[in-house]
Amino acid sequence: MSTTTLPTTGAQVRLGPGAGVPTVETEGQLRSILASLSGVDAVGAEARAARLATRSIKRATKWAALDLAISMVDLTTLEGADTLGRVSSLCAKARRPDPRDPSIPSVAAVCLYPDLVAHARERLEGSTVKVAAVATAFPSGRASLAVKLADVRDALDAGADEIDMVIDRGAFLSGRLGQVFDEVVAVKSICGDAHLKVILETGELVTLDNVRRASWLAMLGGADFIKTSTGKVGVSATPTVALVMLEAARDFAESTGRLVGVKVAGGIRRSKDALRYLVIVNETAGSAWLTPDLFRFGASSLLNDLLAQRLMQRRGVYVRPDEFSGD
Amino acid sequence: MSSRPLANSELGWLAYDPAPESASLARLAPSYGLFINGTFTDPGAHEQVPTLNPATEATLATVAHAVDEDVDRAVRAARHAYDTVWSVTSGAERAKYLFRIARLIQERSRELAVVETLDNGKPIRESRDVDIPLAAAHFFYYAGWADKLDHAGYGANPRPLGVAGQIIPWNFPLLMAAWKLAPALAAGNTCVLKPAETTPLSALILAEILQQAELPPGVVNIVTGDGATGAALVEHPGVDKIAFTGSTEVGRAIQARLAGRGTHLTLELGGKGANIVFDDAPIDEMIEGIIDGIFFNQGHVCCAGSRLLVQETVADEVLRRLERRVEQLRVGDPLDKNTDVGAINSRAQLTRIEELVAAGESEGATRYSSSCALPEQGYWFAPTVFTDVSQTHRIAREEIFGPVLSVLTFRTPEEAVSKANNTTYGLACGVWSEKGSRTLWVAERLRAGVIWANTYNRFDPTSPFGGVRESGFGREGGRQGLAAYLDV
Repeated sequence: MSTTTLPTTGAQVRLGPGAGVPTVETEGQLRSILASLSGVDAVGAEARAARLATRSIKRATKWAALDLAISMVDLTTLEGADTLGRVSSLCAKARRPDPRDPSIPSVAAVCLYPDLVAHARERLEGSTVKVAAVATAFPSGRASLAVKLADVRDALDAGADEIDMVIDRGAFLSGRLGQVFDEVVAVKSICGDAHLKVILETGELVTLDNVRRASWLAMLGGADFIKTSTGKVGVSATPTVALVMLEAARDFAESTGRLVGVKVAGGIRRSKDALRYLVIVNETAGSAWLTPDLFRFGASSLLNDLLAQRLMQRRGVYVRPDEFSGD
Repeated sequence: MSSRPLANSELGWLAYDPAPESASLARLAPSYGLFINGTFTDPGAHEQVPTLNPATEATLATVAHAVDEDVDRAVRAARHAYDTVWSVTSGAERAKYLFRIARLIQERSRELAVVETLDNGKPIRESRDVDIPLAAAHFFYYAGWADKLDHAGYGANPRPLGVAGQIIPWNFPLLMAAWKLAPALAAGNTCVLKPAETTPLSALILAEILQQAELPPGVVNIVTGDGATGAALVEHPGVDKIAFTGSTEVGRAIQARLAGRGTHLTLELGGKGANIVFDDAPIDEMIEGIIDGIFFNQGHVCCAGSRLLVQETVADEVLRRLERRVEQLRVGDPLDKNTDVGAINSRAQLTRIEELVAAGESEGATRYSSSCALPEQGYWFAPTVFTDVSQTHRIAREEIFGPVLSVLTFRTPEEAVSKANNTTYGLACGVWSEKGSRTLWVAERLRAGVIWANTYNRFDPTSPFGGVRESGFGREGGRQGLAAYLDV
């Protein structure tokens, strides 16, 4: 995956036209950048997301969108009870979501705890499927920076292509923005070629103003992706949160020329929801983001529903859930 | 068409395949009579006038043109129903009918939405999600008031006015009918409703609903026709109240005709609403609000935010984002569920929009129009934004009633207020700021009936709506809306 550079000709931005990624050397600089961001009116943002949910995706657009959504899935298992066998089966499914139909694209990645990375790496050899590891004391982020970095190194050593780190929500909510930023920078600095996804855990940030500021903080810190949630707290991805994060990614790109991806995770189970997210992507950040390089779904059961919808489109009748392997 | 290059990012948007709602849901009759005394008259007994689908210019149906004698029959039917039935029907009983009507509108909402979109040209998304649900909501709301008029703040046992003549516009045909009929019926009046010439169909479906609801004959009568039909209603001595929504010009003529008579009058007329944007506004939601303010219903909205007053410090950024968003609007087949902007309602209205836009260009304003493709058949106008507009331009003063926004800038809150108030109208304004104290300071000084804060074009039956100055008088909606139909 490589980020493409957006033409910035003529674009005027809050942070200075074509300014590039602003340097953040002090917490004061970071604060002033975040303070310059526009507020979010929650009522208006909810209304916008709700209206986009009424888009009607039919025919060829639906076909293309279902395949696109499949190719954007980070097939995820993050359970204490995960086994090597389960990971093997997940990897097989990631490569070839439905063995009967080779025209179905592989998913984007599998997403696992770091100790399972080596096994997954082996199972995915020769495929395009990436291995993503949750690290930095996932899901709470409550550990020292040294432990978090060790966690990341461990996953990288085992062969992870992507690191899904969590931010320190306690620090963010208590105003220690510099600390949160420094952790993102520190993790990014050891990631090398591996892509860094920064999980904001928006369910704990609560307000959309916080979501916008945390998005910018992560992008300024070097995130390749900003991600909504761990899936481990009560509120995960919502269309409104995705809308605000995509606005942030769009504005950041116009300001700096760097395209940062967005990953929605947690609670997305139905194809209908996935298509609604794609509509929000299309009409907020634009079709440039409609690629697995820049938009992902962190999900497990969503994949089977996408497969079922796809088959239903072809057959014209509903499909039994048992036609596809469980995970 | 665009005289200024876009300063847009080059992100691109994916097109969606067509997703049209089925026109056959409309189940229209080839021709309609008048709805008088609970029954439809024989269509063949009247001159029949076609009503067009503005998106295709095809004839949808023909409707009767009511002449003076027809209006007289309708008013006499309403008078008889008032004297013998409705004035002696209890509030609780009147509420029962209103609740029925509301539920029937909900039950037939899909059909009504398609009819509204076919006849008016508005996107099905709007008729489905705004017009029809709000029409039902108005009947539900006023049904609740019918047996509680003693507690409406007008003293014990407030009396209805009698027979109300109600003349409604073409921009929200069913919704305007609901705004007029629901409070009138709740308060105990009987009605003669005159739908707009170009959009009579949903009112005729409503007539079927009134029959289904077994509303006593004559309580509501619906006479279709043109301005002459409306004039006959205004002139009729048997009418106790005229409620008119439409242009200031016609409103003024009606008021002149009624001078010296005891006929009650409320007028909801034109507007030139200002959407005032301060530099601390929530920018993404504000852009959506500007878009909704002027492009909702193709700008055929009396309270449209047709003037954008933007603080100079953020003007460039607001315009850049606004033009990007305008480019994104999907203009086309109103029945397509993904259409954002539909057809202009009539040839006459399109001509007026074109005339004013030409005036804007010749007076020196800078025009930007969406590069969207427009269908060849039908009446269409691309969403348009004028910059470099001054207060003296016609496009800053006259109501365009189309998808055309005039952008002006200001530097201080005082200047914003003074520019916003520098109009003969006074219907609606919007204020966008995250600073509550400033919003209130501005709102207190704006001369307009409705002021929205960090939103625009939001309607609710509980909230009174109406204008000041040349935007008219009287309120519709809320407890205040009852006063228009009570002798208080």
